[in-house]
Amino acid sequence: MKLTLHVWRQETKNDPGEFKTYELDHVSPDMSFLEMLDLLNEEIVSRGEVAVAFEHDCREGICGACSLVINGVPHGPEKATTTCQLHMRSFKDGEHVYIEPWRAKAFPVIKDLVVNRKGLDKIIEAGGFISVNTGPVPDANNQLISKEDADKAMDAAACIGCGACVAACKNGSALLFLSAKAVHLAHLPQGQIEKKKRAKAMVEAMDEAGFGHCTNTLECEAVCPKEISADSIAQLNLEFLKASLG
Amino acid sequence: MELNAKIPDGPLEKKWSNHKFNTKLVSPANKRKYKVLVVGSGLAGASAAATLSELGYQVSCFCFQDSPRRAHSIAAQGGINAAKNYQGDGDSVFRLFYDTIKGGDFRSREANVYRLSETSVNIIDQAVAQGVPFARDYGGLLANRSFGGAQVSRTFYARGQTGQQLLLGAYSALAKQVGQKAVKMFTHTEMLDLILLDGHAKGIITRNLITGTIDCHYADSVILATGGYGNTFFLSTNAVGSNVTASFRAYKKGAGFANPCYTQIHPTCIPVSGHFQSKLTLMSESLRNDGRVWVPAQKKDKRSPQNIPNTDRDYYLERKYPSFGNLAPRDIASRSAKEACDKGLGVGETGLGVYLDFADAIKRLGQKTIKERYGNLFDMYQRITDENPYEVPMRIYPAVHYTMGGLWVDYNLESTVPGLFVLGEANFSDHGANRLGASALMQGLADGYFVIPYTLGGYLAGQKPLEKSKALEQEAKGAQENVEEKISKFLNIKGKKSPLAFHKELGTIMWEYCGMARTKEGLKEALKKIPELRDEFWENLNVTGDAGSLNQQLEKAGRVADFLEFSELMCRDALEREESCGGHFREEYQTEDGEAKRNDEDFAHVAVWEHKEGKSPLRHKEELKFENVSLTTRSYK
Repeated sequence: MKLTLHVWRQETKNDPGEFKTYELDHVSPDMSFLEMLDLLNEEIVSRGEVAVAFEHDCREGICGACSLVINGVPHGPEKATTTCQLHMRSFKDGEHVYIEPWRAKAFPVIKDLVVNRKGLDKIIEAGGFISVNTGPVPDANNQLISKEDADKAMDAAACIGCGACVAACKNGSALLFLSAKAVHLAHLPQGQIEKKKRAKAMVEAMDEAGFGHCTNTLECEAVCPKEISADSIAQLNLEFLKASLG
Repeated sequence: MELNAKIPDGPLEKKWSNHKFNTKLVSPANKRKYKVLVVGSGLAGASAAATLSELGYQVSCFCFQDSPRRAHSIAAQGGINAAKNYQGDGDSVFRLFYDTIKGGDFRSREANVYRLSETSVNIIDQAVAQGVPFARDYGGLLANRSFGGAQVSRTFYARGQTGQQLLLGAYSALAKQVGQKAVKMFTHTEMLDLILLDGHAKGIITRNLITGTIDCHYADSVILATGGYGNTFFLSTNAVGSNVTASFRAYKKGAGFANPCYTQIHPTCIPVSGHFQSKLTLMSESLRNDGRVWVPAQKKDKRSPQNIPNTDRDYYLERKYPSFGNLAPRDIASRSAKEACDKGLGVGETGLGVYLDFADAIKRLGQKTIKERYGNLFDMYQRITDENPYEVPMRIYPAVHYTMGGLWVDYNLESTVPGLFVLGEANFSDHGANRLGASALMQGLADGYFVIPYTLGGYLAGQKPLEKSKALEQEAKGAQENVEEKISKFLNIKGKKSPLAFHKELGTIMWEYCGMARTKEGLKEALKKIPELRDEFWENLNVTGDAGSLNQQLEKAGRVADFLEFSELMCRDALEREESCGGHFREEYQTEDGEAKRNDEDFAHVAVWEHKEGKSPLRHKEELKFENVSLTTRSYK
């Protein structure tokens, strides 16, 4: 396959940045999208130019490091698929492909396609945990948890923290990310005690980190590679309301 | 190099509790005077950083990713072992201990493995308390599944994302401490050297990957939890960023490196599909609970798998190992797959693949149940291969997955450099020559949550809190200059070949000569080729960009430079170990039916390598003593 790539190049945070066009030949349909970028970078550096910076690590769809807005869609055209698991067979020979970083106020560009996602960690640090220290705790089977609750908790806990939800949202809101954590813990008896406090602390941290508000357009749910349901946002809102009412 | 394993006296089951009692404590008021650096934020690193900070130590934690939640522990799929005996099927601490020792082909330390087995039960309790959503039965109790090398059901799991959930549990504990400003987190930061003072580890040199700044961090103790070195082979199931640099820098500063040749080749990975491939993807071992492994019985059988009748199939694991069948341990399953492919029975375009077939399980249990158990794995398989595993069998082939070798540590997890502790996959201590499935998560968390919090105190109690001194700054300055010099070297070679190209070439050499089957001649060949490639690297490397900003080519160059040296140590170790054991298979040493043949008389020891600047490394031995198990031929028949 032969592709025309339009890649966002930006040297530093304050640089205005621009699309640069590259012609790339010998793309195999069995390559992953990131392997296609590896190939592009090999060509770029062989010409003595600076490689395109992009984040990636596990390349098996679980670490959440990879990002990229591909032809306008975070993680590209396939449903429930991270960029690293997207394969070139999803594109046509001769196609133009536009590659951009996550775009959100809370995710400033570091370089090219790499953005700063520290805001997501800040949200978890504010309350995305159960306050238990390492040490003697009750036996794991002391507390029964219904399979249904455990499954629901797991559905929400599957979030990989990539930030696609933020990138897709016109307001740059991280509410799907935040609510996934809140709902994961709220479905378990261990998570009950701090439920209200958690919702409030995390929402405050979200605001502070510069993320926008949710206006229920549900773009987040549509692009989530782990198919986290936007129902969690409704549940979170309920907890938050309860917390605000004291 | 002195190798004192410091194994406590007394009967096996009392060693750890006696040792905890006998280890000196640091009082709560004094803990805050000590600073600890934790390098790595995977299961071992995150759990250690969180726990030590909860105890009151000043902790800084470092990771090269943009967030500690991304460490590669996250990719572990199948599960975590624990001797809970919740299924009432005869499990016990001793049985888990025995299975692990036997699974490791009698090349690990009894005392360490017993402690691991003992603490395994606490890990599950801790994880549940943190809100890890393990799978449950309909009655609300925790569910278990079986894994290779065991005849009991002791593996706890969270769908096919157990590593993710356990890591997020440890990450949440770490985040809690970071939020309270009790841990200082350094993301996008890579350790490039160790700072020593009077032979003790007292700090590290790091590079900020975003700004390129080189910094010195001082502390009373340094903990490495930097994972394994599987990426020496280029293609592996490790994350692309996983590397040996921190461990190798420590080795060069005097830490002994144990058993570098012990590499685990995982039997069920998606086969290589082209030269562009950047990594290999694992299909969890748990699939072997329901999937049956087979190849066509005749060479060049071009029929599609569904059209090959049972009589023309060879279910070779069930045939060769009737009592464990498809759940034979990893090393054995991998070698059997290679054997079948070497005979010309392999499937797929390259002939390097075997079938993992779910047709019988789907017939027995229905597609819905299979989907519930393995849905995410089946989806992942389909995304990568464009084949539907509900309809056609998966094609799988072994791939490098885990490294049992690592920095040598004593019972306290302290390396031969005082004050330098090593946890998780980065150390060598618990898995011998082969790790059993679902034991990596167990070891990482045991080390971080339940071992280092006790043993670190024993070291620090004998140390005065560090004061900055001329001597210390002098040491740090020297280390920093070396790092800077090396970086500018990479940028100034201005050759023709990228770091990635060198890495791929190294990987080809390693897989060919130091992979699933090794020979004296092959290893000698590798020991000739690696230095040649290394020479070319230093003459013909091409790194574009600069050192003062994010430069992933430069990062890669540094990691490949270390792989190019470390690979030689692996081959040397493989050459010297004239026996076959676990994941180390030397073709010269096998039984008549092709099984690994150990040599307990000469090789029941840990090989520990000491770096000698400008000279060949020295091989030392720690003899392994077996007082509670007898060394038998490992049989899964």
